This record gives sequence, C-alpha cells and structure tokens, in this order.
Amino acid sequence: MIRYALKMLMGDRARYLGILVGVAFASLLITQQGAVFVGLMERTYSFVSDTPAPDLWVVDPDLEHHADSKPMLKQELYRVRGVEGVAWAVPMFKSFTKLRLPDGRRCGCIVIGVDDETLIGAPASISGGSGADLRLADAVLVDEADVSGKLGLTGNLAAALGGRTRLSVGDVLELNDHRAVVAGTFKIQPSFFWDPVIYTTFTRAVSYSPSERKELSFILVKAAPGTDLGALAERIHAATGLKAYTEQGFKRLTAMYILQKTGILINFGIAVALGFIVGTVVAGQTFYNFTMENLKYFGALKALGTSNRQLVRMVLAQAGVVGVLGYGLGVGAASLFGAVLGGTALAFSLPWQLLGISGGAIIVICLLAAALSMRRVLMLEPGIVFRG
Amino acid sequence: MSTVPAQSPRTHSSSDRATAVHCRGVTKNYGTGNSTVRALRGIDLDVYEGELLMLVGPSGCGKTTLISVIAGVLDRDEGECSVFGKDFSALSSWERTRFRGETIGFVFQSFNLIPTLTIAENVSVPLLLNGVDRKAALQRAKEMLSVVGLGDRVNDTPNRLSGGQQQRVAISRALVHNPRLVVCDEPTSALDHETGHKVMELLRGVAMSGNRALVVVTHDNRIFDFADRIAHMDDGQVDKIVGSAKELYGPNMSAQQA
Repeated sequence: MIRYALKMLMGDRARYLGILVGVAFASLLITQQGAVFVGLMERTYSFVSDTPAPDLWVVDPDLEHHADSKPMLKQELYRVRGVEGVAWAVPMFKSFTKLRLPDGRRCGCIVIGVDDETLIGAPASISGGSGADLRLADAVLVDEADVSGKLGLTGNLAAALGGRTRLSVGDVLELNDHRAVVAGTFKIQPSFFWDPVIYTTFTRAVSYSPSERKELSFILVKAAPGTDLGALAERIHAATGLKAYTEQGFKRLTAMYILQKTGILINFGIAVALGFIVGTVVAGQTFYNFTMENLKYFGALKALGTSNRQLVRMVLAQAGVVGVLGYGLGVGAASLFGAVLGGTALAFSLPWQLLGISGGAIIVICLLAAALSMRRVLMLEPGIVFRG
Repeated sequence: MSTVPAQSPRTHSSSDRATAVHCRGVTKNYGTGNSTVRALRGIDLDVYEGELLMLVGPSGCGKTTLISVIAGVLDRDEGECSVFGKDFSALSSWERTRFRGETIGFVFQSFNLIPTLTIAENVSVPLLLNGVDRKAALQRAKEMLSVVGLGDRVNDTPNRLSGGQQQRVAISRALVHNPRLVVCDEPTSALDHETGHKVMELLRGVAMSGNRALVVVTHDNRIFDFADRIAHMDDGQVDKIVGSAKELYGPNMSAQQA
C-alpha cells in the first residue's frame, strides 16, 4: 500500500511539486542562512584558528574575546613557564595601530607581534617572501587578501610605478610613525573583523604601539607530552590567576561573546525561523489540501478494510518522500550557492552538524504537515463514501 | 424491460438459505436535541445468501444509513445487526476493519477509484489489504478485469475509461477478494440505461455465482427486475418487502414512484 500511497502523491503533480517546493524552500533557507551564520561565527575566531601550535591560550581573566584588549604584565610569562606541565610558553602581542601606506593613505590596522626568537604564532601559510624574514630589520608580513585591496597602491604612486597597484615585498609602510618594510605576505582565513592584519615580532609590535606598562596580550602555551590540558589550565589559573583556554574553548569564548553582545544571532535566527515557518505553512497547507482532495479515496480505502495504522503509514510515507526529496533539493541548492560564492567575501560554512539540524527541522516540518492531514484521515468516517 | 438472468435464485424460499444479514430493531439518529434526525427507526431486515436484495424508497428515507450500518462503516444506536453471525458492535475497531476487508465488497455510486493508480492497481487493493503479495494481487486483479471485459485496459488509469467501464472496475474491486456480502450504493445512477443494465447483469451474474448476498440501494426502477426481493423504506423504516416491483408499485409503476 505504501507504493500506492506514493503513486497517489506523485500522480497529483501540481500538488506534489507544490509540497516539494515548500519543503525544498524551507530546507534551502534554513541551510543557507545557517551556513552563512556558521561561516560568520567561524570568522569571529579565525585569528585563533590561524595561530598554529599552542595547546593553551593564557589570557587576562577578564578577557571577553580575542579582540578584547586586556594586556598582562610581561612577568606573567615567566610565572606560566614555571607551572608544572608547561613545555614552553611564548608571548604574543596584539593591538590596534595607525598605518600609513606608501601612497600616503592612512588607515587603522591590527598589529600582531609573535615571539622574537621562535616566531611561534606567525601564520603557517606564507604566500610571498619568507616567514623567517621577519627577523630582518623593520620587517612585517601583510595579508595576501589586502595587498591589492585595502593596502593596495593608488593614485600617483601607482601611476609612477607603471600601474602597479599591488603592495609588494620591499614596499615601505609607516606604523604609528615607525618604519616597516613588507617582508612577505601570508594567507589566513577571512575575518569577522575588517581591519588589515600585520604580523611582526613581539618587540617590534610593542614599539609600534603607545608605551604601556602591560604589553602582553596572550601567552601561547605548549603542554608537555601526556599532560591533561584541562588540569594544566587549572594549574595555570591556580598559580597565576590567569585564565587558560584550549583552542576550542577560546573560540567558544569569542563566539559566545559575539552571539550575546550583537544582534547577529537574533537576525539569523529570525531568517532561519522564517524559513521554518514559511516551509511549514507552505508544505503543511499544500499537503493538507492534497489530503483533503483525496479524502474520499482515503474513505474508500478505509471502507475497503484499510486500518488506521496502514493509513498513518501511507500518510507518513508521502510526507517522508517529500521530506527527503525537498531536503535534498534544498541542501543541494544551498551547497551550490556556497560553491558558486565560496571564493567571494561571503561567509559560508556547511558542517555536518548543520546538515543534521536542517534535516531535523525538515522532519519536524513534514511531521507537522502530516499531523494535520493524519488527523483528518484518522477522524474520517468510512461512511462518507456512501454520501456521494 | 430487461431480462433477469437464468441463475436467479428467486425460486428458492428464504427458509432454504442461511442468513447473511440479520437486523432487528436497528435505530440510528444524527445530531442531538431539537436538531436530532431519526434516520433509522427500528429496522427489521434479513438478507439471505444467494439473494440480491434491493433497498428502495424516497430520498432521505434512510437507505444509505442502513447499508452503512450493515457494512460496518457506521455505528447503530440501538438494536441488533449481524453479518454472517458477526455483530460489528462486539468487535474492536481493528477486528471490524479486518472483518470488513475480508467479508464485504463495496460498489460506490461515484466509483471512488483512485485516479492516479491503474485500474489493475485499483482492483488489487482489497487483495493487498488481505495480505496477498503485490505481484499475485495484480495478477488476480487482471484476471478479474478480464472477466468484466476490461482485460485489455489493465494499465489504463480510471479517467481514461467511460462511466460504465469505471463501474465495471469498481465491481471488479468489490468482488476480487471473494467477499460474502456485496453492498452497492446506486450502482447505476451515473450510467445510461443500456450501460446500467449491463452492469446489473454483471453484478448479478458474477456475484451470485459465489452464493454471495447482495444489497443494492437504488432509485433506478429500470433495474428492479434484477432483484430477488425489494425492501421499500420510508421515514427510517422498512414498510414493505416484496418479490417484485409490480407488487410494490402495481403494474403501471413509473420512475417517479421509485
């Protein structure tokens, strides 16, 4: 009877397509908006993702997210290094600084200073020049994504250089009136924050910023082999009063701050909820209409001896098929959207968890749509078949 | 006037045959309070195996309510009603559905064939509901359709058939699982005279061959001659049971009288 139920559904092409479009639209909207939301969230902590090596990030206990500025005294680095289970610990500095470009334009930028000796914390992916060149005098690394855009050359300088608009190795910048030479470029993930990012050594980065008593933004810690990271984080906190986060924990701290302090969750939540509601209404209404149109046939089947359980199975099979197909179409369209616009500024990330969530939402939509119809079918008196 | 087929059992007396349907004092009301409609007011009726009983009477007299009660698709309020000794009210919902699926065949006024299924698939439905696997059910359905002259149309959908052909499909669906009781609601009302006549010949010929009982609700006096007995209803009661239309309406009966 399931096969016949599906033929009943697919034979009524207009309604079948209507239900399918409703479910697919809901699936697309939930998945696509969800993927953009996840993509944006991932960008909020891209700085943490792009920083290789550390097991723990040690920060001021009041720090609310990675872009927050609550520096620590440099002595804290030595105290952390003394905690049992710490293999090594290096400093990292991060601040907002004024930047003057070769063509005279000025803008703000984020300067990140990594350990002078080991360069731990520098981006892993160097696309131009060499990371080791950071050890050269006044050397900085700039983001590959910015060399033709935010940091690109314009105006007379570009004309004088034969139309070159790309900032290149050897070009000279000014960071808070200090000379800085582009030694290379790096590739990092697009960030939620918009200011250009420049990497240099810790000492040089500190010198680019106004003098402060506290000049340590983060301490990057590598745990000794076999050390439990949770226990080590607690020991660091007990010994120094500082907070130590794993990479995931630090990402979560930042993401939660953005979610709680901005309207991003509400805005995307509304879009996803709208997709859910519109999908439910369209699919539910069309499915209900389909059932109502077929009510006399369900009545006939009931009179002929179809049990309520079989009828429920039939309706669920119909809802299940449009759910699976609609979900596939919606997710496929969302994936296509991501693939086509993946190379642009669009934030789009489609982890399996999101596929599960949108799949769950579609199941709920189909169950809601089927529930309305099932109620009518179950309440149906088979005697209606004798009433014309 | 049509000719009643030779296998008519009307030469037998009712006492020779087993009772298929037994109703005593059956009542059924619709609505409550001042708006109560008394559809059945104490029906006493027996239908025997091998018999084709027609239920006739004016619109609203309770014919459709009575066959709904007999077929177990509507609960009575009072009285007794059993089909082959089984009282629907003593059965659970599931048992009632199963018994109906096994024992009763239905022919509806508006056919109620599922338009997106082929006619073979439509006819196979009662078999599937009785646990026959799909392949065997389709094969049996095709054989049944051949019996009613539609063997070459098994893969057509109902909307490609004429009204008479659709009713033949509906009859095939009603008989394919060899039910012991067949209830028909206005089986010829949507058909012209000639097609209606053929449908009744078919119903009578095929259905009676299995010693089944048939209850046919009709307004169509042109088919009265196919009945073994005619039960006339008025105002929720069976007021006469006769052996022919002439006994009911006299020699000059008309369609209006039916």
